[in-house]
Amino acid sequence: MFNIKSYDKAGSTEEAIRLLKENPGAHLIAGGTDVLVKLHKGKGQFDHLIDIHDIAELNFINQNDDGDLVIGPLSCFTHVAESELIRKHIPILSEAILTIGGPQVRNMATIGGNLCNGVPSADSATPLIALNAVVTIQGPDGSRQMPLEDFFLGPSRVALAHHEIMTAITVSRDNYAGYYGHFFKYAMRDAMDIATIGCSAVCKVEEQVLADLRLAYGVAAPVPIRCKDTENKIRGRKISTQLLDDIADAVCDDVRPRNSWRAAKDFRLHIIATLAHRVVKQAILNAGGTIQ
Amino acid sequence: MSLNRTITFVVNGKKKEINVDVRQSLLEVLRERLGMISVKQGCAVGECGACTVLIDDVPIDACLYLAVWADGRSIRTVEGETKNDELSRVQEAFVNEGAVQCGICTPGFVMAATAFVEKHKGRKVSRHEIRRGLAGNLCRCTGYDTIISAVEKSMDDDH
Repeated sequence: MFNIKSYDKAGSTEEAIRLLKENPGAHLIAGGTDVLVKLHKGKGQFDHLIDIHDIAELNFINQNDDGDLVIGPLSCFTHVAESELIRKHIPILSEAILTIGGPQVRNMATIGGNLCNGVPSADSATPLIALNAVVTIQGPDGSRQMPLEDFFLGPSRVALAHHEIMTAITVSRDNYAGYYGHFFKYAMRDAMDIATIGCSAVCKVEEQVLADLRLAYGVAAPVPIRCKDTENKIRGRKISTQLLDDIADAVCDDVRPRNSWRAAKDFRLHIIATLAHRVVKQAILNAGGTIQ
Repeated sequence: MSLNRTITFVVNGKKKEINVDVRQSLLEVLRERLGMISVKQGCAVGECGACTVLIDDVPIDACLYLAVWADGRSIRTVEGETKNDELSRVQEAFVNEGAVQCGICTPGFVMAATAFVEKHKGRKVSRHEIRRGLAGNLCRCTGYDTIISAVEKSMDDDH
């Protein structure tokens, strides 16, 4: 039995926000694959729960009139990964999600939960920040939007006030149309594992020129990060093996990996540089570029 | 505030209405209240798949699923897979391929495999895809090969 001290079930976003306001010590539970593990391990700060598991209005994947893709945060990973819209327009997100846990976990875990937990290894975070995803956050006084990249403040810290809830994840059309991507997760096992390093590259190729590159890493810093200095340095350059080498060199200044029992800092840096080369290369090939 | 809720759900085709404690996992309710002892607790944190059951035909880890979430849904466990004393095709394939050793992981594997076979019905799948499909279940005895073969046999078109 989980050590739950209080439990309220919210039927709507509004009700969830009201319950959060009334219960300053409460936590949201969505898919349960993180919260219930924490409770099982005796982490007491999760013993007052507001259950948003069945709020239907936050469980959707659609495309609006402008062509933007909008994902409800309570969509489970399986639904996102298998969505025709996602596979057609931003397949990099499907690829990344299919490396998470195993089928049972993906059938329960939600994409919003993955993002709101704020761990540096969140596998759905790097493709989304490489796609310039924007999150919508609702509170008692209305809603606001912010780039997902700015949503991550530190390990397990995100830009959500206690009484706020994520209500949408949006990838606008201009951020995916004409762009191609690739994702790779380096881990000790092929499934049921936490990334040692995760890497997402999204790029646009025009006449053998790397017109745009967005490169993101997981577990390479206290939060999932974009390598903006690298991106700015190489944007507009002609595609070549030298360019890939230069990207791999440059990313090392953009990242801040740490030592942990999972992997040493030097090893992580090695993986980061190697993945910069390989993942960007594959993204370029997917975009129709050739590498000489 | 009471932590008890009344839920109505279907378990292996039979409708049940029971009073559950919101602190209980579906695993606890199925095992301890309904006697479905095929549902095993292995790791209790969603890593081993021994407690896999199907909810509306989708496999989940019952250890990380609050019992109250089952309200209004349909659950399948191994107890319901054998019909009129006849093993399901997946169960039969596990027996024929010798995909069982100590047996603790078997019910979870059978349910995960059943969902995989139903989801991929009519499609040709590789052994690699089967491995990915069963990646949420651990077995410490068999080395997996016989289990993968059992799933392959469950998918042959000649039935």
